[in-house]
Amino acid sequence: MSIALSIRNLQKTYDDGFEALKGIDLEVKQGDFFALLGPNGAGKSTTIGIICSLVRKSAGSVSIFGHDIDTDFPSAKRELGVVPQEFNFSQFETVGSIVANQAGYYGLKKSLAEQRAEKYLRQLGLWDKRDNKALMLSGGMKRRLMIARALVHEPKLLILDEPTAGVDIELRRSMWTFLREINARGTTIILTTHYLEEAEMLCRNVAIIDQGSIVENTSVKGLLKTLNKEIFVLDTRESLAAAPAVGGYQLKLVEEHSIEVEVEKGRSLNELFATLTEAGIHVVSMRNKTNRLEELFVSRIQNKSADAVVTEGDAA
Amino acid sequence: MTPQEQWIAFCTIVGKEIRRFMRIWVQTLVPPVITMSLYFVIFGQLIGSRIGTMAGFSYMEFVVPGLIMMSVLTNAYSNVVSSFYSAKFQRSIEELLVSPTPNYVILNGFVIGGVCRGLAVGLIVTLVSLFFTDLHIHSLPVMVLIVLMTSILFSLMGFVNAVFANSFDDISIIPTFVLTPLTYLGGVFYSISLLPEFWQGVSQLNPVLYMVNAFRYGVLGVTDINVGLAFVGVAIFIIVLYAVCLYLLSSGKRLRA
Repeated sequence: MSIALSIRNLQKTYDDGFEALKGIDLEVKQGDFFALLGPNGAGKSTTIGIICSLVRKSAGSVSIFGHDIDTDFPSAKRELGVVPQEFNFSQFETVGSIVANQAGYYGLKKSLAEQRAEKYLRQLGLWDKRDNKALMLSGGMKRRLMIARALVHEPKLLILDEPTAGVDIELRRSMWTFLREINARGTTIILTTHYLEEAEMLCRNVAIIDQGSIVENTSVKGLLKTLNKEIFVLDTRESLAAAPAVGGYQLKLVEEHSIEVEVEKGRSLNELFATLTEAGIHVVSMRNKTNRLEELFVSRIQNKSADAVVTEGDAA
Repeated sequence: MTPQEQWIAFCTIVGKEIRRFMRIWVQTLVPPVITMSLYFVIFGQLIGSRIGTMAGFSYMEFVVPGLIMMSVLTNAYSNVVSSFYSAKFQRSIEELLVSPTPNYVILNGFVIGGVCRGLAVGLIVTLVSLFFTDLHIHSLPVMVLIVLMTSILFSLMGFVNAVFANSFDDISIIPTFVLTPLTYLGGVFYSISLLPEFWQGVSQLNPVLYMVNAFRYGVLGVTDINVGLAFVGVAIFIIVLYAVCLYLLSSGKRLRA
């Protein structure tokens, strides 16, 4: 399987001296659905900006399907579609012309450009809006417009920078379905998102970037395996005054009908339920306290911050 | 990109530019026509009738080529500066920057967009002028060539202004404080032979004087300057500015972080 995106020692220092990327290495295989996660200001958008040529790199190399962006940028760009975080189309143009013009910038003939524009606007539910000015679209429609625009030249690699930010849950789910479909048809997808359940549901591999460095780069399954404990919230029928004591489990009363329990990985919950049943406590529902990937994400970022503090302390 | 794909990208940019200024025709095509019509009435008819002849022609005949040229150059400039800056401001320029379209195709597209608006307004103003005077044609090639070259030059100037502009105020500073004085003092309304010798010398430093006079030569066959020098000067300015624009695009100055 070929490599869709290869990044080597990528560095970026902005004119004001801010070091946004400190030499990251990243490889995304063809056909992957890859999550690039990180807190705000971690360097995700800078990385994407460099890949699509909107940000000038300070050092390092990037190649897209083997085309180096320094030596063969036109070929690299042809393989790439980008959906940025911010709306970046003319608000006064019609939806149809925004998509068709983008096809023209890739050298697609007018008839093919119009055919592709129709195809993707239909798939994203915007065909009825083709003659409307972009200004008139809702936020969710604008996001879908940017996806249609990014796909019109049928790139092999699609990068989406927080595509579902501010999008309602129904639309978000329809977007997930659409992205899964195009990934199944062979398009490699790189996704940045703050909705970690989105990354967990959609992506096979993940990299976590923080303070300009990659702090984790593995498969989502592999990452989840490193989770050594989970916290569940149990809702009880009975009103509780204190958390019941159950040997081997740490329980905490959250409110009178709700307790939290921390369970180590691989440990059975049967014993817990048996003890609770003996004590006359009936559990009516149960859920994870937080998304599993979110717990890992926070722990990786915290570890990195702690390391940074130690390093600074050492240096001082 | 193959030459054919580059041609498609170029046509897409030009088509988009033309549709943009046609869509907002009330802002782009009507105002210059009204302004120039007022010039024709006030300077040509009312005041002009008292001035008598200039360079052997009625004042109306003398002033029309200057006013056509003035509308061409200001509109070519305005189109590129406002369109490119708006694209920067709305970040829609990123649509082009992420595409494989070469920089020179992007530049040519915007410049030809500016040329089209300059020529469209110039043509409308010329048609309006026919209500006031007959249009002479002394040399059609000179007329066409200098109009084309001038609109290209001012489109390039608009492009440079748009790249450096950080706000909508910045795109009006050059037209207000540089272009307008140069145009009004560039022989649109008078022959520099009317000026004292010192000011004639100063006027010859004004590039607009050469373009206006070359066009007037094409129309009336009279000029204050050497027409050949005008073509050479405009050609040199075009080459230099084109190189500057390409450098700005390739370096990403004010366009890429």
